[in-house]
Amino acid sequence: MTVVTDIKRKQDLCRDVAETSGVKKMSELLKISGLHASIDADGTPKEILRGVDLVIPPGEVHAIMGPNGCGKSTLSYVLAGREEYEVTAGSVSFIGRDLLAMEPEERAAAGLFLAFQSPVELPGVNNANFLRTAVNAVRRARGETELDAVGFLKAVRAATKNLSMSDDMLKRNVNVGFSGGEKKRNEVLQMTMLQPKLAILDETDSGLDVDALRIVAEGVRNLRSPDFSALVITHHQRLLDYLGPDRIHVMARGRIVRSGGPELAKQIDVEGYASFLAEAA
Amino acid sequence: MNAIAPAGRSLAPFEARLAGLHDSQRKAAAGDLARVGLPGPRVEAWHYTNLRALSAHSFTEPDARFDEQAAHAALEALFPKGSALEKLPRLVLVNGRLAAGLSSSAASLPAGVSCLSFASSPEFGTLAAPQRDPLVALNTALASDGVRLSVASGVNAGQIVLVSLALSSSGTVSFHPRHSVALGAGASLTLIEIAAGDDASDLYFHNPVLTCSVAEKAHFEHVKLQREAGDAIHLATVYADIASHATYESFVLGLGAALARHEVHAGLSGTHAAVHVNGAQLLGDAQVGDITSVIMHGAPDCISRQTVRNVLTDRARAVFQGKVLVERVAQKTDGYQMNQALLLSPGAEIDAKPELEIYADDVRCSHGATVGALDEEQLFYLRSRGIADAQARRILVEAFLIEATELVQNEAARDFLDGELARALVKRVTTGESLS
Repeated sequence: MTVVTDIKRKQDLCRDVAETSGVKKMSELLKISGLHASIDADGTPKEILRGVDLVIPPGEVHAIMGPNGCGKSTLSYVLAGREEYEVTAGSVSFIGRDLLAMEPEERAAAGLFLAFQSPVELPGVNNANFLRTAVNAVRRARGETELDAVGFLKAVRAATKNLSMSDDMLKRNVNVGFSGGEKKRNEVLQMTMLQPKLAILDETDSGLDVDALRIVAEGVRNLRSPDFSALVITHHQRLLDYLGPDRIHVMARGRIVRSGGPELAKQIDVEGYASFLAEAA
Repeated sequence: MNAIAPAGRSLAPFEARLAGLHDSQRKAAAGDLARVGLPGPRVEAWHYTNLRALSAHSFTEPDARFDEQAAHAALEALFPKGSALEKLPRLVLVNGRLAAGLSSSAASLPAGVSCLSFASSPEFGTLAAPQRDPLVALNTALASDGVRLSVASGVNAGQIVLVSLALSSSGTVSFHPRHSVALGAGASLTLIEIAAGDDASDLYFHNPVLTCSVAEKAHFEHVKLQREAGDAIHLATVYADIASHATYESFVLGLGAALARHEVHAGLSGTHAAVHVNGAQLLGDAQVGDITSVIMHGAPDCISRQTVRNVLTDRARAVFQGKVLVERVAQKTDGYQMNQALLLSPGAEIDAKPELEIYADDVRCSHGATVGALDEEQLFYLRSRGIADAQARRILVEAFLIEATELVQNEAARDFLDGELARALVKRVTTGESLS
C-alpha cells in the first residue's frame, strides 16, 4: 500500500515537528484526526472507522457511547495497535508521537493501556509472573529501574487490596477460570501496575454486578491525576456516574457525531441513539 | 519374516563389534538382528522416522577413559549448587559406562534400595523376547553397562537421578546401556533420567534400553530429560510391566539430538493398573523427535493416559505414534490419547498416528490431535502490556509446554524440567531462531 506509506512518512514528519514543540503536548495527550480503518472481511476490506476526530487533553476522562457495531471497539484496537485492522487514512498522535507508527509494546511503554472488553485467557502463564514481566518491560522502556521480586510483591499486594482481589488470583494462570468480574478486575490491576497516561476502557463495566462495578470504578478513580486520562467506552450511565467524565462523545457509523458535556450521557439514557444515527446517515 | 518382507538396513555400522560376540544370548540377538537388519522406512513402526543417519557412519565402542573435569563440569551445569536435584542420590554413566567416582555410593541409597551395575552382573531383565525389536536386539548384543535398580516391597525410595553423559570422544561411538528397575509390591520410586551430551563432541549414538517391573500397588514415576548433543542420535526403548493397582507414570522432555526416538511398551497386566506416557518436545533446525508408545491393556479396569505436546520451528519434525491394544479380557478400559503441536514455521512438520485396536466391548478410549500456530489474540494481549514480540512468543511457547510438564507429579523433577525448558527457549531466541 503505497498510499499508506506516504501517509506514514507525512506522520513521521509531523512527529518530528511535534516532538520539538513541548507546548502542544500539554493540551493534547491524544489527538485523532480523520482516522479511517478497515478490516479484511473474506478478502474484501470492510471500512469500520470513517473519519474519527477526537482530542483528549491530559487529566481528563472522556466517554464514547454509541450503538453496537458503530466502531467503538475497533477504535480501541486500532489505538492499541492490533494488526488485523488496516489504517487507510488519518493520523493519531499520542504525547506528541505518531502512535500508528509504534508497535503495540511501544504504545504500552509510552503510556497507553487498553482494558479489553473480553480479557484473553493465557493457559500456562502465571498471573503474577505475567504482571511482573509486563511491569518490568515498560519500566525498562521508560528508563526506570526494574522491580525485584520483593518490590513487585509489595506493589502488587497494595493494588490487589484496593481492588478486593485475593492473592489466589495472582497464583492462577492469567484469566483462566476467572469469572467475568474477576477478569475485569484483573484488567484494572494491570492498569494500576502499568501506570498509563491514557487508559482505554472497552466496556469494562459490561457483565459486572453493582459491587464489582463500584470496585472497578474505584480502581479507575484512584488513578485520576493531572497525568492520567481515560477513554471510557460504555453503554451505561452508571459507570459514568462513578467516574464523572469531562466529555461525552457519541459514535455512530464509524465517526464521532456529537460531543458534549456529561448531560449528553443522560440524554442518551433517556432517548437512545436514534437521533444520532439519523445525523450520521 | 515372509518372502516379501523388505530387507532392512545394513548392519555395517556395527559389523565388527557384532562379529566378535561370544555370549550365547548376545549372539542370538545379533543373529536375529542380522536376519531383519535395522528397520527401513517400509517397516510400519519406522515409517516416519528414518534411520538412514545411522548408515552413514561406523560406530565404535567408546574409550573407557574420559575427561573427569569435563564430567564434573557437565554435572555442575545440570545440578547447580543448592538445586533440588543436587542433593539427590545420583547414578552417573559416562559414554555408556557407570562411573563409580561420579555416582553416589551404595550406602547413600535409601534402605531397601539396591543398585548393581550391568557390567558386573549382566542380566537382560524381564523381556520375554529381548531381541523382538531390532533396536533392543542391537542393545542386547552390544550392551556393556547400565544400572539395575531394585526397590524392596513397601519401601518408598524417594527420588534417584540417573544421568547418562556423552563426552567428547575420539571418533564416532555408540553406547547401548541396559537398565532395569524393579519395584516390589507397594514400593515407590521417582527416577529422574537425564541423557545429556556435549555439543562439542563428535557424533554419537545412544541406544539405551530400560525394562521396568512394577509389582502390585507399586508406584513408579519415570521422568526423563533428553538433551543430547545437537548432532547425536538417541534411540531409547522402555518396557514396563505394570501389575494390579500399580502405576507407571512417565514423562519425557525432548530437547536435543538430531534424531531421537523414545519408545515405550507398557503392559497393564493386573486389574486397576495405570500407565501415563506423557511428553513434550521443543525442536528446531532439522531435528527429528519421535515419541512412540504401545500400550497393552491386558486386564480389566485399567487406565492409560497419553498427552504429548510439541513445539516445532525451522524444519523440525515430530512424530507421535500411539498404539493402544485392548485385549478381550480388558473390560472397563479407560484410555486417552492427545497429541498437540505448535508449528512455528512453514517448514516444520508433525506426523501423528494414533492406533486403537480394541477387542473388548465395554471400554472408553479416545484420541485426539491438534495442530496450530501461536494464537494472535494472546500474542496481542501480551504485547499490549508492553512485552516485546519475541518475548511474548517465548512466553506463549513456554506456557504451551508447561501445560504438559504440569503432568509431572514430582515437584523437584517438574521444576527441573521447567528450568531446562526455559533455558532451551532462551537459547533458541538468543541464537536468532525465530519463533514466529
